[in-house]
Amino acid sequence: MESIGVLMACPMSSYLEQELDKRFKLFRFWNVPQKNEFLNQHANSIRAVVGNAFAGADAELIDSLPKLEIVSSFSVGLDKIDLNKCKDKGIRVTNTPDVLTEDVADLAIGLMLAVLRRICECDRYVRKGLWKSGDFKLTSKFSGKSVGIIGLGRIGLAIAKRAEAFGCPISYYTRSEKPNTNYKYYPSVVELASNCQILVVACALTPETRHIVNREVMEALGSKGILINIGRGPHVDEKELVSALLEGRLGGAGLDVFENEPEVPEQLFGLENVVLLPHVGSGTEETRKAMADLVLGNLEAHFLNKPLLTPVV
Amino acid sequence: MASSDQHQSPETTDLRLLIFHRSPKYGNTCLPKLKTLYRVLDPLDESDPSLLPLSRSVRIMLCIGSTPVTSDTLDKYPNLECIVGTSAGFDHFDLAECRRRGIRVTTAGDSFSDNVADFAVGLLIDVLRRVSAADRFVRAGSWPIKGKFPLGSKVGGKRVGIVGLGSIGSRISKRLEAFGCSIAYTSKRMKPNVPFRFHSNIHDLAINSDVLILCCSLTKETHHIVGKEVLTALGQEGVVINVGRGALVDEKELVQFLKRGEIGGAGLDVYENEPYVPKELFVLDNAVLSPHIAVSTPESFEALEELFTYNIQAFFSNKPLQAQIEYD
Repeated sequence: MESIGVLMACPMSSYLEQELDKRFKLFRFWNVPQKNEFLNQHANSIRAVVGNAFAGADAELIDSLPKLEIVSSFSVGLDKIDLNKCKDKGIRVTNTPDVLTEDVADLAIGLMLAVLRRICECDRYVRKGLWKSGDFKLTSKFSGKSVGIIGLGRIGLAIAKRAEAFGCPISYYTRSEKPNTNYKYYPSVVELASNCQILVVACALTPETRHIVNREVMEALGSKGILINIGRGPHVDEKELVSALLEGRLGGAGLDVFENEPEVPEQLFGLENVVLLPHVGSGTEETRKAMADLVLGNLEAHFLNKPLLTPVV
Repeated sequence: MASSDQHQSPETTDLRLLIFHRSPKYGNTCLPKLKTLYRVLDPLDESDPSLLPLSRSVRIMLCIGSTPVTSDTLDKYPNLECIVGTSAGFDHFDLAECRRRGIRVTTAGDSFSDNVADFAVGLLIDVLRRVSAADRFVRAGSWPIKGKFPLGSKVGGKRVGIVGLGSIGSRISKRLEAFGCSIAYTSKRMKPNVPFRFHSNIHDLAINSDVLILCCSLTKETHHIVGKEVLTALGQEGVVINVGRGALVDEKELVQFLKRGEIGGAGLDVYENEPYVPKELFVLDNAVLSPHIAVSTPESFEALEELFTYNIQAFFSNKPLQAQIEYD
């Protein structure tokens, strides 16, 4: 397989790079100064693209690679890949489901605790030496708060399981009610937001779910409500979120994702009721290795004409 | 029956004396309400002329927070029968002396347990997933410049050793099981009906754990229970979470182990000389530091007020007390 060209869209895992280098002819797209020239020269040898949540395969890239057979994404979300185009052209697409579910759910709970109990703010308070001048104020209890989940897929269910161990009542919104669950269903996000204290976004990003958390939803969540986003930045109308937080119309937010990563609205930097993370939902050594192994496994299966491990298209 | 005669004298039954024992750092917000129910003696209010004479007959004390109760304190109240405590720990009481004098002592019981357990889990996720460090990174504007933030470590699958499986420890175990952690513990004795592996000493627990969570009470036996040996046993990737008391840990050793990278990280809500926190910790990204606030939510204090109000009433009506310390 050493002659098969694999185009890696952006840096994502040094272990994955190393292993791809051993098995394929790896091109690092981010190191290429003249993209068009490069594509003209190598288009005929590139049969696979490896992408992730930041860079994948859009229509333009797919069109410029006539020999492309498979896009293997180092992510569970596929919003950076033009799935319809892949379907039309018979290009296979794989992702890395399951292996990152627990990490993302763990971080969602970590964000809830950090926002309600002001853990990051406490840490700043101690490091600045402020404790000597007085005690830190009271914070909000997490156990028993009602948690509303948008999207009850693998990640949503894993969040629900964890929050239940804290005695939190769980409710959810999905397009249609799920059978086999006792969690309370609401047929709209606004109703869900009106009936929970913590709202967490855990659905896939599609044209329908873009800005699924808009001004109306934030109003429904209210000035004591907490928004947690471990999905994708564009799930939330970020401009509205910033003004809701600045004006005290929303109680707080824990955000792992943003609309224009790595740009984060600077107005949020001074707020103590927000926790801001650089998209690290799946960011653990253990999980990134498992994700890399899944990307490699899918590529090898494809080129050996075996069934794909985690096909989407 | 001299003592029962004394109890029925108007001085003690009608006035229902209560001593309000607190160090000046604690507020007195619950005082007005108490004064509607009891004749409250406040030793910090020296203008009260009856303070000294009434101190001799007072039978019950409300002790605020971790205000020390020493044998000198007890000498001032020779008829004391009961101390209603408001702290989860009891290291500020001279328990041997209380026992000798036949004084019953209560604690905050379960009032804080959910909040402390929540906070312990919050600190653990923060240390493993580097939440506070990542938040600092974003707020410093480093993301667009430096790009990738270093990877964290997975919570699931970690072997968590709980030191003290009481009302807080058992709540921590229940929460962490949902994250897929495996739980083991050490405590004074093995608990019946507990599915977790018991280790008879903390050293064995540390050898078999990725994370140690300290949530036991501070006693002579548990003072510096985590020192050089236990930290070495825990190892380079190991994490210490302390929501118990600062003096459970040999703080100087812990700081050295963290600085030299000989343990993986620490989440600390308590310290040996609060509010002093060793400055060396301020520059470390693998430490998460909070100012002894694991208990501090409005819900905690509501539950606590309910409990101590109940205990004071129970004492005067000869009913059993709640959250009473059992003498060994």
